[in-house]
Amino acid sequence: MSRENYDAIIIGGGHNGLTTAAYLARAGRSVLVLERRHILGGAAVSEEIYPGFTYSVCSYVVSLLRPEVIQELKLAEHGLQLLPLEGSFIPMENGDYMAFWPDGNDTREEIKRHSLRDADRYEEFNQLMYEMAYAVKPILGMVPPDLVSPSLRDVGTLRDLARHVKGLDKRKFHYLTKIMTMSASDFLAEWFETDVIRSAIAINGIIGTMLGPQSPGTAYVLLHHFMGELDGAFTAWGSQKGGTGGVSEAIASAARSHGAETRCNAAVDHVIVKNGRAHGVVLENGDEIRSKVVVSGCDPRVTFEKLVDSKDLPDDLVEAIRKFKFRGSSGKVNIALDGLPHFTAQPDSSIHDGMAQIAPSMAFMERAYDEAKYGWYSSRPYMDVVIPTVRDPSMAPPGKHVLSLFVQYASYGLEKSNWEDERENFGDAVVDTFAEFAPNVKDLILHRQVLSPWDLEKEFSLTQGNIFHGELTLDQLFFMRPAIGWAQYRTPIRNYYQCGSGAHPGGGITCGPGRLAALEILRTSR
Amino acid sequence: MRPTPFHPRTSKLCVSHAWEEWAGYQAAQMYELEHTHEYHAIRTASALFDFTPLQKYQIDGRDAEKLLNRIVTRDVRRLQDGQIAYCAWCDDEGKILNDGTLARLGENSYRFAPNDPSMAWIEDNACGMDVHIEDVTEDLAVLSVQGPTSRDVLNSVIAADISDLRFFWLTRTTIDGAPVTVARTGFTGDLGYEIWMNTGDALRIWDILMDKGADYAIKPSGLHAMDMARIEAGLLVADIDYIPANKTMFEVQKSSPLELGFSWLVHLDKPYFVGQQALREEKARGPAWVTTGIEINIGALERVYARFGMPLELPRRAWNDATPIYSKGTQVGKATSGTWSPLLKKYIALVRLKPNYAKPGTALDFEVTVEAQHHLVDAKVVKHPFFDPERKKA
Repeated sequence: MSRENYDAIIIGGGHNGLTTAAYLARAGRSVLVLERRHILGGAAVSEEIYPGFTYSVCSYVVSLLRPEVIQELKLAEHGLQLLPLEGSFIPMENGDYMAFWPDGNDTREEIKRHSLRDADRYEEFNQLMYEMAYAVKPILGMVPPDLVSPSLRDVGTLRDLARHVKGLDKRKFHYLTKIMTMSASDFLAEWFETDVIRSAIAINGIIGTMLGPQSPGTAYVLLHHFMGELDGAFTAWGSQKGGTGGVSEAIASAARSHGAETRCNAAVDHVIVKNGRAHGVVLENGDEIRSKVVVSGCDPRVTFEKLVDSKDLPDDLVEAIRKFKFRGSSGKVNIALDGLPHFTAQPDSSIHDGMAQIAPSMAFMERAYDEAKYGWYSSRPYMDVVIPTVRDPSMAPPGKHVLSLFVQYASYGLEKSNWEDERENFGDAVVDTFAEFAPNVKDLILHRQVLSPWDLEKEFSLTQGNIFHGELTLDQLFFMRPAIGWAQYRTPIRNYYQCGSGAHPGGGITCGPGRLAALEILRTSR
Repeated sequence: MRPTPFHPRTSKLCVSHAWEEWAGYQAAQMYELEHTHEYHAIRTASALFDFTPLQKYQIDGRDAEKLLNRIVTRDVRRLQDGQIAYCAWCDDEGKILNDGTLARLGENSYRFAPNDPSMAWIEDNACGMDVHIEDVTEDLAVLSVQGPTSRDVLNSVIAADISDLRFFWLTRTTIDGAPVTVARTGFTGDLGYEIWMNTGDALRIWDILMDKGADYAIKPSGLHAMDMARIEAGLLVADIDYIPANKTMFEVQKSSPLELGFSWLVHLDKPYFVGQQALREEKARGPAWVTTGIEINIGALERVYARFGMPLELPRRAWNDATPIYSKGTQVGKATSGTWSPLLKKYIALVRLKPNYAKPGTALDFEVTVEAQHHLVDAKVVKHPFFDPERKKA
């Protein structure tokens, strides 16, 4: 049995765990990161699954990576290199297409092909969303106030929030209310008459949730997309050169430069809790490692149900975590291609720039949801398509490409079968649907990796395959993430903290939870 | 403005129609409506630049070395066959006239590529010498392939294997039978090559590069992208970071190579060259200015914008307007060009400072204009190049 002792142990070497580690090490704490898999990164990982081809296995775009994290951890010096992803191409079922370009005037011209009225409205809409995002954004960088037993600081936070909301004019407040309550479908119908424009924008409202575009609450999720836009020239929205794992590697490198240690193939069995205090961890191999602080980068279900005993937790928290919605709704299909797929709607491959969406109509999207709602997967799923090799040739051999398909919907639990049996059928449905719009894809496939929600849970410890460590719906955000009273990165167990996406501000490669958790730990522990 | 030999191709690709004048030629600022992808191509894949507007002089003859050694401040005698040197040259007062590359093609044979037309200056200095000077600017077309995949691109199109070609060396080979000179040079601070070819072969070679280069994500790119990259690489540009002494009649606007950080290009011990005496004296008393880099604190800049209720706005592309720099209220220098570096995630600028303020780490104030109001934000002196990847020379 080893007799190691650290100031802090981080369970899980995902991007948030690594971020917390980097901040704690930077403050002079001795830190050990323990990762169950053979490689760091969690769901932000690049792997050569098929020789010569690097897949961003799970997470494939960097959205909302907080600029302060990039600066404070000097991530660019440690290898962060983001290539902007702008614009998108949406092939339609009638053979036409809709495109959004990096340049606003180009997009306007494109929308004019579909509707003169929508072209005008699009600019107004963008302006409004931009204003809304600007109004909401400060909240992302804030430790949520504790409404159950507010401290003096929480009162200050609430006062700042109230002041902030009061500062919004009537029009903004009106729209904010709408965004908080409406469905993406209804909200967008108020703005646009062209169906494909609505479906193209609605995508941002459904990613990672088991909700359809007609489900209330999805309008809010739209806003998240626009927050990335606020960083403008900072380009916090893009893809990492060499794959998403590069982001994790950059953070890990920053952490190590401050003295943090990282250890792979080191699965934690449980946290050592005595008299309501965490004292370290026991690994699955029986090794015991002591520390003053234990931080879980895992999702709330793992953090509160698997790593500790529920008898050490108050009943209301146990209950809240039991009710916390995971409901994974998405799968991931990674494909090695012998060449570029060509969309029938626009055979010129340069037009889609490596970015496309299979979201031809609102009905298509809602139907895709319908099937998953009853415990199955979409026979014609929605897909977010990225071909990173169009810009970054380092991920595949010369002239070859990597096709990343984020696929929705796929229910975690299957009503009539199981994922081991259905996985490849699901993969076939994905490829068949993609091939409806780009038929040559089938001749180009060299290798295919299919990940169902069940696989995401099994391999990446994402409960029910939820990519955000729990749905990003309004009832699970801010001071309610993951549970009222426990949104400040602490837990009822002293010296046991949470730093994953199950904490505020939530999922995506923001590193926000990791940073805020570290700041809280530094503030409240010695 | 004259079109370059590549115009039939570049004009079709240049959907932005953003052209600017470069030494009398039409040069693309960017091909797309945004230069962002072109900038990232330089650091991620390969960017393809039309560099034809470079001035090109072929200098041959028994006195070629003597002539060039008289003009440039570097010791030309040290150049070996196939080697290239970056050079500066001065007037009699030791003030810089221009900069560019000089390649030794063989014994008594050189190719001189200054930024500005320099025929008169070369001829004036050649008085009584046995040399033949020819302006071959219009006979040769030049493409520059810059970026981490540029070596793969070149190897896929040329007859020779250029994997061993060293930084600032050249080789003569062919592309599809057409004779070319490939030089491992560039203006981006990245791995990169320049291909010199006869104008008659220009379109064929362009097509081959675009075709084979597609496997390595090659991208035609313009001067806006290059301007950002060259600032990251700490490379100065005539007319922007200094004014050539023959283009101004005001002393205050002239610079010496020592002030520009080019002391490594000045070999005072070699035989006579134009400006030698003045530079010796300047070296003895110490240059009046130091050229270096600064990093502008974007947190401070963000706070300025916040005063206006606005989010941080960073320049979308490089700027080239001289901007004052202060220390405790006194102006101590100027920034001559700057850019937000998407790669480094830093706001950087090339600056000229009084020597006392040029030590790395020195805190300075940089002037910004927000909503037509002047503000000062924190900046600190840092060394340039800001970005110097191993692959550039490896």
